[in-house]
Amino acid sequence: MTRASYLAASLALLALVATAFAVGRYPVSLSELVSMLAGQPVPATVETVVFQVRGPRVLAALLVGAALAAAGTAYQGMFRNSLVSPDILGVSTGAALGAVLAIFLSKNVLLTQAFAFAGGLAAVGLVYAVGSRLRGHDPLLALVLTGVVIGTLLGSAIALLKVLADPHNQLPAITFWLLGSLAAISPRDLMAAAPLAFMGLVPMMLFRWRMNLLALPDDEARALGVDTRRLRAVVVVCATLMTASVVAISGIIGWIGLLIPHAARLLVGPDFARLLPLAMLLGAAFMLAVDTLCRTLATIEVPPGVLTALIGTPLFLWLFALARRSW
Amino acid sequence: MLEVADLSFGFPGRTIGRDVSFTLGAGQVMCVLGPNGGGKTTLFRTVLGLLQAHGGIIRLEEAPLPSLGRNAIARRAGYVPQGHSAYFAYSVREFVLMGRTAHVGAFASPGKTDHAAAERALASVGIAHLAEKPVTEISSGERQLALVARALAQEPRILVLDEPTASLDFGNQVRVLERMSALARSGIAILFSSHDPDHAFLCADRALLLAEGRVLEIGPPREVIRPDTLERMYGVSVQVMPLPGGAHTCLPAIGRVL
Repeated sequence: MTRASYLAASLALLALVATAFAVGRYPVSLSELVSMLAGQPVPATVETVVFQVRGPRVLAALLVGAALAAAGTAYQGMFRNSLVSPDILGVSTGAALGAVLAIFLSKNVLLTQAFAFAGGLAAVGLVYAVGSRLRGHDPLLALVLTGVVIGTLLGSAIALLKVLADPHNQLPAITFWLLGSLAAISPRDLMAAAPLAFMGLVPMMLFRWRMNLLALPDDEARALGVDTRRLRAVVVVCATLMTASVVAISGIIGWIGLLIPHAARLLVGPDFARLLPLAMLLGAAFMLAVDTLCRTLATIEVPPGVLTALIGTPLFLWLFALARRSW
Repeated sequence: MLEVADLSFGFPGRTIGRDVSFTLGAGQVMCVLGPNGGGKTTLFRTVLGLLQAHGGIIRLEEAPLPSLGRNAIARRAGYVPQGHSAYFAYSVREFVLMGRTAHVGAFASPGKTDHAAAERALASVGIAHLAEKPVTEISSGERQLALVARALAQEPRILVLDEPTASLDFGNQVRVLERMSALARSGIAILFSSHDPDHAFLCADRALLLAEGRVLEIGPPREVIRPDTLERMYGVSVQVMPLPGGAHTCLPAIGRVL
């Protein structure tokens, strides 16, 4: 089951990558793609489309999907709850507030990304600092509750900025950001986000077996020899770094961090060491499929935030019906 | 092996028990008896360092508990909590393997030795046939046995079991008690709690009677489990009957509740 799942997911991803490079306003044939891979000369337009236009966008989709799925997988295990997404501690809301604030103050793309990244980190930092000081409660419950409460607070700040924003200029930009988009991804964005996301991934990979212990009640994990406070802090830092770095370049893209871990768990079970790589494969594939649809469905770009939910909702319900209680 | 002196314990800001002292040597079995809410679980959690002691001294194999990290404690003492609510569908084998945490490097996964230890633990509580089953889909009694197996995979010198027989049928209760006696014979110190005083008669060297956070009596079961101590702890009238062959059993007098 495990090997078959990995094989199927990898093949699907490969097929999707080929499709993503081929389709679009300027179609590229498979034979042209193959000759490019083989190092044979192809028309200059093809080269431009593949390297400059579609390349960064395909890579960004893979990065965003994999990072959100990895963060979601880690959080669902840690919070012992399959309804948890990477946003649970406010990283997306914080990033959104940062981005909205930057759009409100200027029109600089770089500033928006930097503010989004910093906003995501700051929100989770605040939630963690407050939540871990609420002693005498279940530490996880305290974190989640603080996350929800502070998330709501940040949400109302976003709402306020939307009301104050210039409705012709700023508000469309804000709305566009909040729905997410990979349309404007540049190689420079990728160069900034990928190393940060990777930095978040490395500890998760290193602790991949130990991460399972966090799915046990706190007392049990500690009695088995895990310093749960420290390991939880590592997970929060990693998941936040991964989410904030990709959300900063893509805007808010929901569902992936919630849905993909389920799908992966259904296929290979809850063992984190097997689950994490598959979730990342599936997340990358799902995001790429959604983004390819986004730019080919209509003459205008459909925001991925809309499509992930449109596809994600029925898929989620189907998985839930299928899984009964064995997640 | 385990040394507890003048211990007071409880939750942060609320002391619920005090003046508890006992020692437990290799191969000894001690049964903690007491009413619901009497502090048994809290005492166990404190002894394992899961709750901070409010006063007194706890030593695990000579080492003061506060000087030991989680990993060092886990190598010395195994814990079988009272029931486990499984959320994710780990297989029983994966679940028992988690008992090896203290022996597996921080960045590593369980190796051959760990797998062998887990298989031994599974076999020793008689649930090897459940190894592939998800822990979410076995009975609560089977899950209790899986918890015991997980603690055994830890290869501890001291085993702390919080009502290990609570959700088991009669046969499995006897099997767990037998297993505890066998482990004690192999040199492991065992501290367990039970709601059935007969369990102390069956397999404990000593019984600790805990009521309202204080030690009522401590000593060989035959000396401390008496109608008067049982009445004080549980508020019901009980006869302690000698059986042929020197054994004892408790018989509640139904209809004569105090």
